[in-house]
Amino acid sequence: MENAKALPLGKEPEKEPEIDVSKIVAINRQSLTDKLRAYCKKPFSLVLVILVLCAALLTAAAVIFIVVYTIIQGLPNLKGSLFAWEYNSDNVSMMPAIINTLFLAVMTLVIAVPIGVFAAIFMVEYAKSTNVFVKIVRMAAETLSGIPSIVFGIFGMIFFVEVVGWGFSMLAGIFTMVLMVLPLIMRTTEEALLAVPDSFREGSYALGAGKLRTIFVILLPAALSGIISGIILALGRVVGETAALIYTAGSSRKLAAGFLQSGETLSIHMYFLANEGLHVGEAWATAVVLIALVLIINGAAEFVGNKLKKEY
Amino acid sequence: MTEEVMQEERAVRRQARVDPKELIMKIVFIVAAIVFIVAVVTICVFIFAQAVPALKEIGLFKFLFTTTWKPDTSGAGGGEYGIATMIVGSCYITAGALIVGVPIGFLTAVFMARYCPKPLYKVMKPMTNILAGIPSIVYGYFGVQVIVPFVRENFGGYGFSILTASIVLGIMILPTIISVSENAIRAVPKSYFEGAVALGATKERAILLTEVPAAKSGIVTSVILGLGRVIGETMAVVMLCGNQTVLPDSVLDGVRTMTANIVLELGYATDLHRGALIATAAVLFVFILVITLLVSLIRKKAK
Repeated sequence: MENAKALPLGKEPEKEPEIDVSKIVAINRQSLTDKLRAYCKKPFSLVLVILVLCAALLTAAAVIFIVVYTIIQGLPNLKGSLFAWEYNSDNVSMMPAIINTLFLAVMTLVIAVPIGVFAAIFMVEYAKSTNVFVKIVRMAAETLSGIPSIVFGIFGMIFFVEVVGWGFSMLAGIFTMVLMVLPLIMRTTEEALLAVPDSFREGSYALGAGKLRTIFVILLPAALSGIISGIILALGRVVGETAALIYTAGSSRKLAAGFLQSGETLSIHMYFLANEGLHVGEAWATAVVLIALVLIINGAAEFVGNKLKKEY
Repeated sequence: MTEEVMQEERAVRRQARVDPKELIMKIVFIVAAIVFIVAVVTICVFIFAQAVPALKEIGLFKFLFTTTWKPDTSGAGGGEYGIATMIVGSCYITAGALIVGVPIGFLTAVFMARYCPKPLYKVMKPMTNILAGIPSIVYGYFGVQVIVPFVRENFGGYGFSILTASIVLGIMILPTIISVSENAIRAVPKSYFEGAVALGATKERAILLTEVPAAKSGIVTSVILGLGRVIGETMAVVMLCGNQTVLPDSVLDGVRTMTANIVLELGYATDLHRGALIATAAVLFVFILVITLLVSLIRKKAK
């Protein structure tokens, strides 16, 4: 600009010479060596960043090690006979256990998800946080989420198996698991709802939508990915649960033909295999199937969650 | 004129009156919330109703503070029921798992929230999800086959020890701590970070000294969730902790936790033995209640 002004009047300013963009160096960009030098001057930050990186590395290493080791040990032991329809002590088939697990997990979610999500909606959208009732519910949810699974197991045994009289059955197992996953679903849904900006609510009300419409049409879709990730966690917990189910769903090795029949889930099946010590290979194979089950569930849910995720 | 205004006002009010659908759903939401209270109360009532008679017979003091656990399996009566060793065992293993899990989990959460480049994040996030999904029984079996021999060869002892259980449980609580802390850190407004950097803080200082304190309640929550998972953990612990009812001298000794005690013996326990196991569950329950109370107190103070 200075040059252009200095030109004599009446003369067309000369065209600016073309600039080679690749030669421009942004002054706010640091090279790696710059960063390192800056870190050396600030040892506190250097230590912190190293710690953070180490922690992340350790986590990643732990995941990879556990999964890869299990697969290496288990994959060679995966035989067709492990998936026979009928269990017997020779083939130690896990097929009945797999079906029992899926049945139990799905039924648990069918009952627990509406209750958990609705309770979260109440807590976030309806109640003021100073309300005494809300405080009690929050306290109850926190207590429930802290109760050890074996205590759920004992409670399930006393209440659903004996007092209600369902015996060792799928139904007793399902209801015990519902109690276990409820606080998890509520907490994640609450967080997802709280993360939706208030402008969504304001916009919806301003356009004349009622509270209910705002919740179901605006807020829940916006919070869906968070809610789904909560459901995945719950699903993983049901599939992996052993302690709460041994004394409620029981350990019958047959396929549970109805709600009132006993049937072991896959993790209970694996516990007995691991404890007997006779089927080390088969136990690893069961572990692989358990992990694969979880991976498939996670992958599918993640896929759905990402597809539904909205940017705001 | 006034008539018209009043009529209009009435019309507006009529429109504003609550739709019955809204009211019904509000009640449904409230009922869903009440389910939580009912669940906790029912669990309390049924556990304590069976635990209290057993405790009366054994004596509360004897139950909590003596170290001999000799259940009567012959049916002749006269067993000894003291769970002090198991209370100690549960505390050691919980502390150990938190020492292993919380620092790693928290720092990984910081990494995931503020350092992780997007392509790497797409790998790291599913990986922590996998960790969350691995069933505790698999952790237990992995511990028995891998960590137990490792500890036995490198540190001595039988391998079934506090240390082994702490390592495995520390890994188990990582995903809980990571995902909850990460969300909390991400929820801190960008302006906190920008403000700190504008004042001359390095990136690390800005994150750990401004953003992390702002996300404190979320991070505390993550630790509590992890704590709950460790105390509640049964299967992995039962396979790894050795299950001796003896007070440990070092982290290489085995212990028995309260949860392990219940799951090991509930299957065949009768009468007073069964009552003692339910009383053990009641003690666990009281632990949880105390922790929950403490936490809500801490949170209130933080506000």
